[in-house]
Amino acid sequence: MARFLVGRVLQGVFVLWAAYTLSFAVLYALPSDPAAIAAGANNSVTPEQLAELRHEMGLDRPLAGQYLAKLGGALHGDLGTSLQSGEPVTSLIGAALPPTLAVAGLGLVLGALLGTGLAVLATVTPYRWLRQALLGLPPLGVAIPSFVVGLLLLQWFAFAWNVLPAIGEGGWRGLVLPAATIAVQPAALIGQVLARSMEGELGKDYVDVARAKGAGPFRVNVRHVLRNAALPTLTLAGLLVGGLLTGAIVVEAVFSRNGLGRITQGAVAAEDLPVVQGVVLLGAAVFVTVNLAVDLLYQVLDPRLAIERRTAGTARFTLFGLAGRG
Amino acid sequence: MSVTDLARPAGERRPGPGTARRPGLPRAVLRSLAVLLRHPGAALSALWIVLVVAAAVAPSLFAPGDPLAIDPAARLQGPSLDHLFGTDRLGRDLFGETVHGTGRTLPAAALATVVGLGAGTLLGLLAGFLRAATDLVIMRLIDVLLSIPGLLLALMLVAVLGEGDTLDVGIAIGVAAVASTARVMRAEVLRVSESGFVEAARTGGARWTRVVLRHVLPNSLGPVWVLTLLLFGEAILGVTTLSFLGFGAQPPTPEWGALVSSGRDFLGSAWWLSLLPGAVVALTVLAANRVSHAVEERTGRR
Repeated sequence: MARFLVGRVLQGVFVLWAAYTLSFAVLYALPSDPAAIAAGANNSVTPEQLAELRHEMGLDRPLAGQYLAKLGGALHGDLGTSLQSGEPVTSLIGAALPPTLAVAGLGLVLGALLGTGLAVLATVTPYRWLRQALLGLPPLGVAIPSFVVGLLLLQWFAFAWNVLPAIGEGGWRGLVLPAATIAVQPAALIGQVLARSMEGELGKDYVDVARAKGAGPFRVNVRHVLRNAALPTLTLAGLLVGGLLTGAIVVEAVFSRNGLGRITQGAVAAEDLPVVQGVVLLGAAVFVTVNLAVDLLYQVLDPRLAIERRTAGTARFTLFGLAGRG
Repeated sequence: MSVTDLARPAGERRPGPGTARRPGLPRAVLRSLAVLLRHPGAALSALWIVLVVAAAVAPSLFAPGDPLAIDPAARLQGPSLDHLFGTDRLGRDLFGETVHGTGRTLPAAALATVVGLGAGTLLGLLAGFLRAATDLVIMRLIDVLLSIPGLLLALMLVAVLGEGDTLDVGIAIGVAAVASTARVMRAEVLRVSESGFVEAARTGGARWTRVVLRHVLPNSLGPVWVLTLLLFGEAILGVTTLSFLGFGAQPPTPEWGALVSSGRDFLGSAWWLSLLPGAVVALTVLAANRVSHAVEERTGRR
């Protein structure tokens, strides 16, 4: 287990380093002038001042030197400073995180509940039409852009029925609509995958055994089938969390909320490259962490994997070992 | 008769049981047409896509006249027979704007699909065929691309490419789709490379370029073609989302996402301004997914 853990952590660190390098290559190696952006709308900047600013920001050094200096800083938790405000990127992102976490977290919980409910109901219902209708919902949820979902909810709940506030600031009531908007994508994904997975599990022998021993439909479907069927949906976790982050960008724009999405949108519009890179790194870090956690969780939840690993040897789990397999 | 002649790619002579269910492109098109007739939902979706594409090519067919023509007498009117989608705050016909916006959104989404499919296919082909170090490097690159959420990756590229043009946005969205295509393609190339006809071609002394272009590539493209419409739908979502956020087409240029965005200030009083173009986006994506699903079901199973 320790060896497996170390291998996976190293792999995660490698992906993070590569994400840093990739974002550096895209953002800094391409012809754009961060110094000019930092100088901003201030047209009175003379070429000499601009050159001095470039020197201050280290932009006149060779790219490799800049890369190493920035990477060294990043390893110490310094992602540079925003070109717009001059604030350190880490504190900028740190301050924006709580409101986004609240919306995204609530959205994920809501999405998981809705998706699970949909899959279970579609599986246990004796009515064919209800099953068809329920299973028709996820494709719809995936196809509707989330900004349209947000505007629809706004139109109904805030303007037509006037039950919830239109602006997402202040109190839990403002949190409901943004969270519901974010929840649609995860709910659709979870519902789709879980329903298919449950259908597959229903044909297995242990279901017959449970029924033969007198278990009722609830016990069979929830205690036995759902628990086994939930395992494959865990692999969705990385995808879902990545989707939450991008969902937050859209939702914060629709509901005029402050947070990470707002910062990202503003940074992209102003070409504030350090901030953009910081958010990209955060996205990659979250993805890597979640996938690592899911891998570990899998080992605990599915004991068959641990046995397989012990018998299969450790060669597969080296840092680059995964590349050769089909 | 040389050995390479024996190993014709799919379409002319079926090389093996593994590839028999993946027909060449023309046959796949014919087959999908037959499928559509049997599934009314998918047929309606296909019809919608044809209409939308027609609107992108020749918008004047559906909405003659200048979409940006201002009519101060008819401001903020609801949907009616005169103005199917209502009018905006300057009295412009929203239906006309939406129809003309198709010519912005669809080319960008198509560009994204071409970039995603093209680069992904190339990377997957290289990784799967050359293996060894090339495979290692490409697969690590794909791991990294997958670790960054798609929209964020696209936003990063938009920050560099600039935000003025829908086509830049299309390229950005396309790059975000490269990783998944490359993975599908690589797996398929690995599978096909194991086939007897590839080995026969090699043994027969065919050069590697011939092996790749005549044997491996045509037989590996099946699953990628199936992805096309799915990617196209996703690209529409991506392009409209970015332009909703203010990147890409700038008002007053009509574009679906930009129309939704400029209508949202009137949500309480004139809901049609943002929700009707939004519904068009959703319908188009839904239709693309539906058709793609029907084709996949037909070619994938059995």
